[in-house]
Amino acid sequence: MSELLRVEGLHVAVEGKEILKGLDITINTGETHVIMGSNGAGKSTLFNAIMGNPKYVVTAGKIFFEGQDITEAPVNERAKAGIFMAFQQPIAVQGISVENFIRNAKSTVSGEQQRIMPFRKKLHKQMEQLRMDRSYAERYVNDGFSGGERKKTEILQMCMLEPKLTMLDEIDSGLDVDAVRIVSETVERYHNETNSILVITHHSEILQNLKPDFVHVLIDGKIVKTGDASLIQVIEANGYDAFRGQA
Amino acid sequence: MADERENIIEEREKKLNDERQKIETFSDFGNIYNFKNDFTYSYKTDAGLTPEIVREISEKKHEPQWMLDFRLKSLDLFYRMKFPTWGPDISELDMDNIVTYVRPNSQMQGKWEDVPEDIKDTFDRLGIPEAEKTSLAGVGAQYDSEVVYHSIQDELVEQGVIYTDFDTALEKYEDVVKAHFMKLVPPSDHKFAALHGAVWSGGSFVYVPAGVDVSIPLQSYFRLNAPGAGQFEHTMIIVEKGAKVHFIEGCSAPKYNVANLHAGCVELFVGDDATLTYSTIENWSKNMYNLNTKRAIVGKNGTINWVTGSFGSHTSCLYPMSILQGEGAHCEFTGVTFAGAGQYLDTGSKVVHNAPHTSSNINSKSISKGGGVSIYRGCVVINPRAEGAKANVSCESLMLDEQSQSDTIPAIVVKNDNIDLGHEASIGRISDEAIFYLMSRGLSEDEARAMLVRGFVEPVSKALPLEYAVEMNNLINLELKGSLK
Repeated sequence: MSELLRVEGLHVAVEGKEILKGLDITINTGETHVIMGSNGAGKSTLFNAIMGNPKYVVTAGKIFFEGQDITEAPVNERAKAGIFMAFQQPIAVQGISVENFIRNAKSTVSGEQQRIMPFRKKLHKQMEQLRMDRSYAERYVNDGFSGGERKKTEILQMCMLEPKLTMLDEIDSGLDVDAVRIVSETVERYHNETNSILVITHHSEILQNLKPDFVHVLIDGKIVKTGDASLIQVIEANGYDAFRGQA
Repeated sequence: MADERENIIEEREKKLNDERQKIETFSDFGNIYNFKNDFTYSYKTDAGLTPEIVREISEKKHEPQWMLDFRLKSLDLFYRMKFPTWGPDISELDMDNIVTYVRPNSQMQGKWEDVPEDIKDTFDRLGIPEAEKTSLAGVGAQYDSEVVYHSIQDELVEQGVIYTDFDTALEKYEDVVKAHFMKLVPPSDHKFAALHGAVWSGGSFVYVPAGVDVSIPLQSYFRLNAPGAGQFEHTMIIVEKGAKVHFIEGCSAPKYNVANLHAGCVELFVGDDATLTYSTIENWSKNMYNLNTKRAIVGKNGTINWVTGSFGSHTSCLYPMSILQGEGAHCEFTGVTFAGAGQYLDTGSKVVHNAPHTSSNINSKSISKGGGVSIYRGCVVINPRAEGAKANVSCESLMLDEQSQSDTIPAIVVKNDNIDLGHEASIGRISDEAIFYLMSRGLSEDEARAMLVRGFVEPVSKALPLEYAVEMNNLINLELKGSLK
């Protein structure tokens, strides 16, 4: 099991305000990690910083991906290296169909021009697993999609782009019970010993399928506690207050 | 399937790009449209505008007396009328320096092989003969002031369809031309209409008899090669009852340091139950003043579809107008305007509802970048007779940087209470969130922007025939190249 992602002493500021205050986390290939924490603790900030969103400024610390320092790398280079983030609120892209968008993205991240027919076949297969109607492939990206459909489209992108590291930012929020199950099953089917999953969630339902190896508690910009899946029950029973003193 | 088309477009575009890249690498054209041929001609008038010049043009063309009289009357109007006081600044346009008539070194040809090499070369590079082979029912090509090539499929001729250059039309169908010529756009309409009436030359004449459906598009391509010249082509299309046709015009010119002027005139007569689609991809060079007038009159339950992509010119004033004269007549306008550095593109559409249950739908998109100015200027008039009319206007603008400008001037005049009217306008920028989202899927910043712009203009590219959708995407890529951020 080799190291995939290592975050060292990460400080991140958004619009001048420091959100992450010295965060460390290491994820090995094949592992599933969960980050839990109260609202505003810095969970989404961590994802955005790993993905390279320019609005999130790294003021100290480093991010390594497969041993390479990517702290300064542009967003698209990180995507090409194999990092994928499923957005909490994915935006709509007018005039660009889902199929065309993902095929474009796949051609770019894989460095191989995707041929239309084989790609479409694969896409339709994945859509079936996600219980998405094929007509969504021809619709404009997220345009007029419900919250649930947007989330499924994010997972569809993950399936097609085949990243090494998948970050799911509250993929379960706004989803009904069935959709949570379909999404988590799809992620679990995708997950194997060659890739890693990093999840932000407030709910334990999704974790029943994802079976996390590690659970981290993020409080006020730092990870204060790391444990195995049993930590989820502790959080559910006692809330985050119990961890505050440990920050 | 819509998506199928999208994919084909993408692949052709790539091919086209590769080819053009090669051309650009081995030449100093800068871009494909900018190559110049040596300025050769068989005859040209002096610069400026006098009755003698107008007489010369008419004489060279062996025109009937009434046309010469019409020209001279128009010229008189031109002298007396004032330049418009609204819209873009055109004070730099000095009519005394514009050559109004340049006859190319060629007679009109019916065979492509007979067109002189240098002119043929120009149209070859623009892909015209290739397009004729693959997707057009008829082609016309105008070089400077005259049409150098015209062809139409035999089976259309058998059905009575006429597609010819305007001089031939005036000679062979004089009565029809006389009955329609500048009746929709009279020379008194505005100063440049008067100018057109005086010095018009070239253009196309299309006649589609009742009930004939011309399923494959006809195309005219206009190329202005001569520096400091004007192009004043006249396009007249008559679509009889129940007939259907799609006409496409393409325009381009190389860039010179002197101002060129385009003041063409398009008159479209759409009969009862007839449908005319008029598409334009305009890429005049950035020294061109494009002051073009286009107008359609539509009969009972007839439809006019305008599809326009305006990319070129230094200054444009272009507002295709539809007069919905018959009950139930319909107008659909879909347009994209892309103003780059140094460009002032004032475009839009005008619709006059003159009959009950007429309907119109205007959908305009504009993009500005590098300090370019794009203005939507439109007008919808609903007259008292237009009981139950429906009109919808939607204008969206996208500004790609802080220096660019965009404005919307939509006038609406309503003289009947029982109508249905909708209007929406929005001006936006490409958001950082959108760029981040696309980049997180592997696209570079430039690719992300290009994709967002392509998506923005998709409604127009969808309405265009495949070849032209490819062309438009290519123009967008050309406009976006390099200078972004």
